[in-house]
Amino acid sequence: MAETINMPKLGFDMAEGTLVRWVKQVGEEIKKGDVLAEIETDKATVEVESPASGVVLQHIVEQGTVVPVNAPIAVVGQAGEKISDQSPVISNQSKVESRKSDVAPQTQPMPVSTTQAVSPADSSSAVHGQSSVVKASPLAKKIAKDNNVNLASIQGTGPGGRVVRKDVEAALAGAAQTSDVRPATPLAPITNYQLPITTEDKVVPTTKLRQAIGRRLVESKTTIPHFYVTHEYKMDALMEMRKQANAFLPDNEKLSVNDFIVKAVALALRQFPNLNATLKGNEIIQFGHVNVGVAVTVPGGLMTVVVKDADAKPLRQISGEIKAMAARAREGKVKPEDVEGSTFSTSNLGMYDVDEFIAIINPPEAAILAIGSAKEVPVVESGQIKIGWRMKATISVDHRVSDGAEAAQFMQKLAEFLENPVRMLV
Amino acid sequence: MAKITMREAISQALMEEMDRDPAVFILGEEVGVWGGTYAVTKGFYDKYGPERVKDTPIAENAILGAAIGAAMVGQRPIAELMTINFAFSAMDYIVNQAAKLRYMFGGQFTLPLVIRAVGGGGRQLGATHSQTPDAIFAHFPGLKVVSPGTPADAKGLLKSAIRSNDPILFIEHATMYQVRGEVPEGEYLIPIGKSKVQREGSDLTIVTYCKGLELSMKAADELAKEGIQAEIVDLRTLRPLDMEPVIESFKKTNRAIVVEEGWKSYGVGAEVVSRIYEEAFDYVDAPILRVAQKEVPLPYNRTLEQAALPQVPDIIAAAKEVLK
Repeated sequence: MAETINMPKLGFDMAEGTLVRWVKQVGEEIKKGDVLAEIETDKATVEVESPASGVVLQHIVEQGTVVPVNAPIAVVGQAGEKISDQSPVISNQSKVESRKSDVAPQTQPMPVSTTQAVSPADSSSAVHGQSSVVKASPLAKKIAKDNNVNLASIQGTGPGGRVVRKDVEAALAGAAQTSDVRPATPLAPITNYQLPITTEDKVVPTTKLRQAIGRRLVESKTTIPHFYVTHEYKMDALMEMRKQANAFLPDNEKLSVNDFIVKAVALALRQFPNLNATLKGNEIIQFGHVNVGVAVTVPGGLMTVVVKDADAKPLRQISGEIKAMAARAREGKVKPEDVEGSTFSTSNLGMYDVDEFIAIINPPEAAILAIGSAKEVPVVESGQIKIGWRMKATISVDHRVSDGAEAAQFMQKLAEFLENPVRMLV
Repeated sequence: MAKITMREAISQALMEEMDRDPAVFILGEEVGVWGGTYAVTKGFYDKYGPERVKDTPIAENAILGAAIGAAMVGQRPIAELMTINFAFSAMDYIVNQAAKLRYMFGGQFTLPLVIRAVGGGGRQLGATHSQTPDAIFAHFPGLKVVSPGTPADAKGLLKSAIRSNDPILFIEHATMYQVRGEVPEGEYLIPIGKSKVQREGSDLTIVTYCKGLELSMKAADELAKEGIQAEIVDLRTLRPLDMEPVIESFKKTNRAIVVEEGWKSYGVGAEVVSRIYEEAFDYVDAPILRVAQKEVPLPYNRTLEQAALPQVPDIIAAAKEVLK
């Protein structure tokens, strides 16, 4: 029997906890008392021990999720055991499973008639699953379950349409007498459902790069307590300046919005050395150089190319370096110095029409900036609705190094440069 | 078998036990020369004398204090409270001393004490003299609470109570002394803590005790005329509560009401209903209802008093409601 493990209540006033790390992965063996996960309350980080032995069948929540006390977090049972799908499923892996099970019945032929007046419940969970919507007395529910009868198919005669014992018994008696009767809830065949071209699962081996990304970001997400601060920037001046600058530049040297952002980030970091840093044991090392990493999409994953001393370089040089390094990265000819030594990373999905997103910190750095699209949107200025350029960015920060206020101040400082881009030139 | 009144049945039990055991004695207000407020001990004073039938001052704490002391040194006192409402004056003796002495002295003492108390409303005695606070006393572990609904049960339970080594509150109903019933003569004992099916039926279970039994029997007669067969389970003892016959009956009928004279809130019905839900949830086919006293101090005015007390039509209505 699979056992659902709930978020424990570890203090009198604990209402929720953050699942910061899964110690045991799905499929791993676990003994009673083994540490299953680490959770963080507002007071401490604590280990959750498994109350049962077996195999971890399911992680119901992802790492980093804030979970209310007593809400299910995982299922432990015997290998190969089926999990009833009552629990809210959040993890990606289970999403795939539940999607599969959604599709499965539709790809199978639908039963057109049954020999019972009441449609047989396909599993015990049918009775349970519907009990929340079908009003029935506990006795009616039990009789229905014992006889494999779907309560939803029975018309209740009790107060408010409640299904009571005699209704279930009448349904059972009717089922015994008649045969070849259509079920009370018709199972209409689905006609306009487009079947996928192939229903075969495809197995794709992961690349070395994919594995490296996985290892690095698992380490990041499981060891670094991230927090996030989002800020919206007025980009009108920057867009105008970029337009003017690009008018003088040849096609292969045009400045991107991101080039401006890299420069602005570098200048802002100069004033916030604590975010241009790394944690080493009990010490924070604030880097003397400001080397801004720029995430670049490459086949099979992504790489971060590094603009060294970006605070001290003119925009045109920054732009040129990024273009060259990104090209080398995409062609698989990246030089070690292209990808080493970053002190702070940026990730820009602006070209994909993204409002905002959050990024995982690139260890050993202390923070990363996730940049959305600059868009023309209606804005209110002096009581008037106008059209303005806006862009949102979210910084993810290692809470062991910094706090929300400092991150927010950094985001404000960044605004001084992005919203008055002339400051980047002087 | 002789048909005698509740009064005679209780009298018989007391007399038989006093004859049987010289350690048994009675104390209370007007129990001796006057023969008892409800004439239960009429003739006792002449037969047993002032040593064994003691008139006391109007001081319930003194009655209970003396009775507890006597019980601790091996006597078997029967303390009579003119009404259970006066038990509040002796509350500390009852719930803090009687109910806990054996426990707190690690079993060095037993407490063979019976507190006979008259409870219930319906005699226009006003709000302070008409209460049915049975549930309050049944709340305390260490105190057994017995409240019979028939003369035979009154005799059998009272005789067992007098022979018990634990303190027992024995609640009689003020309006039931004239109720007649067949009562076995001589030695007749009913174990404390056993509920009993007083009427068999298949459609619903009525759980009740004491005055509620009398009313429920009448309601069941009326319901039977309409083809509804009610099964009546008489609790007889509120603590320890014997749920077995109740659960057994409920598993058969799947529908129940609880009838009590006390107030509904935090009452005997609340306890019984909770236990049914706990022990027989899968047999519940309709919400279980409680018939109880209206949530007011019981009025003196006869019409209002009767309106506030649970009545036969209330039971019939509740029975039909759970059968919907």
